[in-house]
Amino acid sequence: MTFEIFMMQAFNGLSLFTILVLMALGLAIVFGLMGVINMAHGELMAMGAYTTYATALFFEKFMPAAKDVYFLVGIVLAFAVTFVFGLALERGLIRFLYKRPLDTMLATWGLSLILQQVFRHVFGPKEVGVPTVSWLQGAWAPSFLPNASFPLSRIFIIALALLVSFGVYMLLFRTRWGLRIRAVTQNRTMSGAAGINTERVDALTFALGCGLAGIAGSSFTMLASTGPVTGQQYVVDTFIVVVFGGVESLLGTILSAAIIGQLQSTFEFLMTGSMAKASILLLVIVALYFRPNGLFSSKVRR
Amino acid sequence: MGNGVTTAGGSVAANGAKAKRTPVEWLKLFAIPILAVLLLVIPLFLSEFRLNLLAKYLCFAFPAAGIVLIWGYGGILSLGQGMFFGLGSYMMAMYLKLESTTSDSSAQALSEFFGSNLPDFMVWNSVEALPWWWEPFHHAWFALPAIIILPALIAFVLAYANFRKRVGGVYFSIITLAFSAIMAIVIIGQQGVTGGINGITDFKTFFGVSFEAEGVRTKLYLATVLLLLAVLVVGRFIVRSRLGKILVAIRDREDRVRFSGYDPALFKGFIFACAAVFASIGGALFTLQVGLASPSLVGIVPSIEMVIYAAVGGRLSIVGAVYGAVLVGAAKTFFSENFVEYWLYFIGALFVIVVMFLPSGLAGLLDRFTRRGANGNGAKP
Repeated sequence: MTFEIFMMQAFNGLSLFTILVLMALGLAIVFGLMGVINMAHGELMAMGAYTTYATALFFEKFMPAAKDVYFLVGIVLAFAVTFVFGLALERGLIRFLYKRPLDTMLATWGLSLILQQVFRHVFGPKEVGVPTVSWLQGAWAPSFLPNASFPLSRIFIIALALLVSFGVYMLLFRTRWGLRIRAVTQNRTMSGAAGINTERVDALTFALGCGLAGIAGSSFTMLASTGPVTGQQYVVDTFIVVVFGGVESLLGTILSAAIIGQLQSTFEFLMTGSMAKASILLLVIVALYFRPNGLFSSKVRR
Repeated sequence: MGNGVTTAGGSVAANGAKAKRTPVEWLKLFAIPILAVLLLVIPLFLSEFRLNLLAKYLCFAFPAAGIVLIWGYGGILSLGQGMFFGLGSYMMAMYLKLESTTSDSSAQALSEFFGSNLPDFMVWNSVEALPWWWEPFHHAWFALPAIIILPALIAFVLAYANFRKRVGGVYFSIITLAFSAIMAIVIIGQQGVTGGINGITDFKTFFGVSFEAEGVRTKLYLATVLLLLAVLVVGRFIVRSRLGKILVAIRDREDRVRFSGYDPALFKGFIFACAAVFASIGGALFTLQVGLASPSLVGIVPSIEMVIYAAVGGRLSIVGAVYGAVLVGAAKTFFSENFVEYWLYFIGALFVIVVMFLPSGLAGLLDRFTRRGANGNGAKP
């Protein structure tokens, strides 16, 4: 029995880990690679979630026969919508503020408030949920662990997080675009001199980060309902994961998500959820005191 | 840090003493007296209800003035001033609650009924004994100094530790953000000893005087105004002293200040502690005025809202913070009385517009109207 509790606990930690990875990857790209603090990142997740919700409504109404695949369509649409929104946001607002990181925080916070109210106006103040597609209902109960069960939706999120992380890795390290992004991150002036259109790279990178937030939000509809302030609840966690891991490395983000995920699921087992969260935040702040650049950054700043 | 906007030293305009002063410069020179007159005259035209609201807005001017000091002059953006506002607010509330519980007759009847002399919300949460950290708040001689000293200590330790490690810029902002989140989570989570989401409320007396007594409201308002003016004078003194100059130097080129033999962390820690004390005083006064200490004034959302008060007034203008707090506060009341659903649009747009187009706030607008524009025209983004 204890082994099963341990396995369940480990699974919860793994699940939380992948959730955090999905949440943080987009921010890690925007914050880590571009140095932009997007306080509206949570709202972009909510936007992805609402896109999925709208997709579900559309399929229910017009294509009830195909409603089992709506979720996959929803994820793709969520990415598309937030990607385009991110592109517009970068061109319309963020690019004027690259030299003023603190001001970016405030402007994007203002944007997040506006978006919350837009959600409230369009989708109503109540939380909305999407129907779980049939192939994600239920749980996997392996025969060798008679008392344990692993919800399929969480397994799906684990798979999705793996897929997305792999995709981001391939994009950044195996494509020309990724090469350009990394070049601009390392030395903007030289990249520009070498003929890279840095503005274009900025816009697309930012949009990519936003699109990843959309995917995250979309997949979270499987776990919880979506409300206008859902995004605000995510944003601090996301920042903490990114900062804790060291903003310059995507690998650091993933490792820090792993640590925080396991710690949090363990703490939640030991104390109430809210106190677990407070303890994690405090722990991360203390850890940051000893490693100001995050756990996994080797570079020396300033 | 690359804080490109704030090179304009806006309100240090009084330097050119020989040059003839423009009206705007005169206005700046006498900004505090003008504000004092305004704050003392306006109440004559307000109903008690509106006066109460004004007093409430003024409470938020305290943290806003502190934010001007740390953000405008120190280059530190704290997104956690709600934590210090909350500290002051809750410490005052703890004192008032204990006083009401022991002195008020109805509270005594209640305590006899429950067989315990604990504050009401503790009784409801079946808390057996007063937590040890509540005990000292029986005494005003402890509670009142604590409202000043405790936030100062916490803020200094927090800031000094981080700045010594050269955690700065957005990282420090996120850390302060996390702190205010922690405080709100803990307050809401520990309902039995903090009052939880409902906060601490229902006070009867303070220092033996009933809140219902004749003229108490006006006196509280006057006390708020006087304390606010005192805070403004202190803030202005700091900014104009050599300390203020070093702060600005740290903001613009921290490394050079360090190479000159100063310890930037010490200065930043000091100014952060000052801002925390301001916020705490504001919080304590808020509890007195509104009769409530609530976690909704501690968390992330109110903390960041306090920044917009300072930003609207002008991040380099300490007096501007008061106008910012009152204007945004009044706008909030206006929206909540007329069309609640547009408030978030308004404040959201305010954040974007002020940051994009008015980085020096109303004070910057004032500068723009004078040809001579004080110390040059660096106020462009």
